[in-house]
Amino acid sequence: MPGILKIALKLLINDRSKFTALLVGITFAVFLMVMMTSMFSGILTRSSSSVYNIGAKIWVMDPAVNNATSSIPMPDYVLSAARSIKGVRYAVPLYFGTAQVKLKDGSYQATTVVGLDDATLYGRPELLEGNINDIYADNAFIVVKDAEYSKLGKPGVGNEFEINDHRGVVVGLAKVASSGLFGIPTIYTTYSRAITYIPSTRFTTSYILIEPKRENDIPAIQQEIGKLGYQALTRDQFVGKISDFYTFKTGMGMNILLMTTISFVVGLSISGQTFYTFILENLEKFGALKAIGARSNELIAMILFQASFTSLIGYGLGVGAASTFMILARLRMPDYAAQITFVILGFALLMVLVIASVSSYIGVRKVLQIQPFDIFRG
Amino acid sequence: MSGTAISAENLVKWFGEGEARTVAVRDASFAAEYGQILYIVGPSGSGKTTLLSMVSGILKPNSGSVIVEGEDIWGMSEDRIARIRLNKIGFVFQDYHLFPRLTTAENVAVPLILKKMNWNQALNVALEYLDIVGLKERAQLPPYKLSGGEQQRVAIARAIAGQPDILIFDEPTASLDGDTGRKIIEFVKAKILDEKRCIIIVTHDSRIYEYADTIMKMEDGKIIGFEKNHAHEK
Repeated sequence: MPGILKIALKLLINDRSKFTALLVGITFAVFLMVMMTSMFSGILTRSSSSVYNIGAKIWVMDPAVNNATSSIPMPDYVLSAARSIKGVRYAVPLYFGTAQVKLKDGSYQATTVVGLDDATLYGRPELLEGNINDIYADNAFIVVKDAEYSKLGKPGVGNEFEINDHRGVVVGLAKVASSGLFGIPTIYTTYSRAITYIPSTRFTTSYILIEPKRENDIPAIQQEIGKLGYQALTRDQFVGKISDFYTFKTGMGMNILLMTTISFVVGLSISGQTFYTFILENLEKFGALKAIGARSNELIAMILFQASFTSLIGYGLGVGAASTFMILARLRMPDYAAQITFVILGFALLMVLVIASVSSYIGVRKVLQIQPFDIFRG
Repeated sequence: MSGTAISAENLVKWFGEGEARTVAVRDASFAAEYGQILYIVGPSGSGKTTLLSMVSGILKPNSGSVIVEGEDIWGMSEDRIARIRLNKIGFVFQDYHLFPRLTTAENVAVPLILKKMNWNQALNVALEYLDIVGLKERAQLPPYKLSGGEQQRVAIARAIAGQPDILIFDEPTASLDGDTGRKIIEFVKAKILDEKRCIIIVTHDSRIYEYADTIMKMEDGKIIGFEKNHAHEK
């Protein structure tokens, strides 16, 4: 490390109270920013969990649908029409609804019921226990073993429950990529059983899942579905639509944005103010350095180094604190919806660099303004 | 080495403009010789510090020149003037301006580090200079744990560590009691001054006038006279 930066480092870390205050400010800001954005990211991922778990390439739905759980049933002719579109390898119906499950102890538990196409079982989950063919047995259901599994009384294969006065038998336990947003368990059955056991509206097809022959066929399929008055979205488009709904139409996005902005402003205020005080207290010393012969770019390098060093340490501590908090939270609440992504880490780093830049700018401006002559004048 | 270390010619400095203009230094010319101590004395507000700042490359004059090694430093770029200050001029400030967060040795090493000397090597050289000022055993202490006189000596060690030709002291005895102040100047004269070095001291402490080779008197921004101390002439 160049000697001038070593001086800068010693001036910084040997002033323990200021250094601690700077670290606390930046760590706190990073912690809040990472927590807020991670929770939001977790919520968005959970809100699209069904789309990820079922994994179809194209989802056909009513254009008014804005998230996976609030489907609007479509008439059967849409399925027939979809199957006849050029470029469609196959199209299957999907039932998506909720029902109250009566458990052995007499209590009720709201449950998401997914009805898979009887012929293909397209979108079926990966089984942990049981045989997928058993889903065709009488009253058969597959229970997803996720964070919400215990809410059904941790049933094993062969256990029974009641669903809308129908007997249900667990024939398998499955795992999925992501748990749902609303903290309710998920069970899979066949499409025909789902619409038989659960009170239905006139139309029963929640979504139509399409497998195109080729990727290039997707735009034409979307266009044809559009002509029917319905909407065909790729998996990513559907996820995007759900994210937009939660971000812009529920107030959630704005609240998270506000909290993140407040975290940033708090961090910026604490670290900016502390760094400014640090520079002010050392201003005469910087002036003395200038008088001794330090060049302006050397002084700027010292300040940039001090601000960057503090910011990066604070960033590391903040990310570490947020990660630890999430790990501890998950030990208590397995369905805690927060996830740190590389985008979040990059965003937090960017914000920290902004804090470092603003703090440095204030410091550099002040230091460049000091005239060595002022040192002589006292 | 003998001859002129630094000379000032017709230096003028004013502050403010229009009716608020105050002339701090008027047409000041002088030369400081190697191997000699030059005092700049005068009452407060007489322009001593302003003149010293212009001579040491810190404050740009409105007119006039400062010649070091045959070149007018005020014709140079800011970076070059900074290098001249680093390589040719050592400063001992009135309030010392030592870094409280660095050890005494690290403080002394600062000019060497600015000269891009390796950190460990700079600390070793700093120890040698602390030895000269009698403070080697205090090398690892922070400056605030030293007495005023000791801090002054650390500031001197820092000023001479870069082996400058010209040493500039601003009111070196202002913060010290009479006895300590005299000891410091005696020390400077005995140990720091040599044939290759010129020392300029700004002071209004008449108790230390006896150590000067030349006393330059200032009043109202003008140099009003020079007084040679014939007792020091060899």
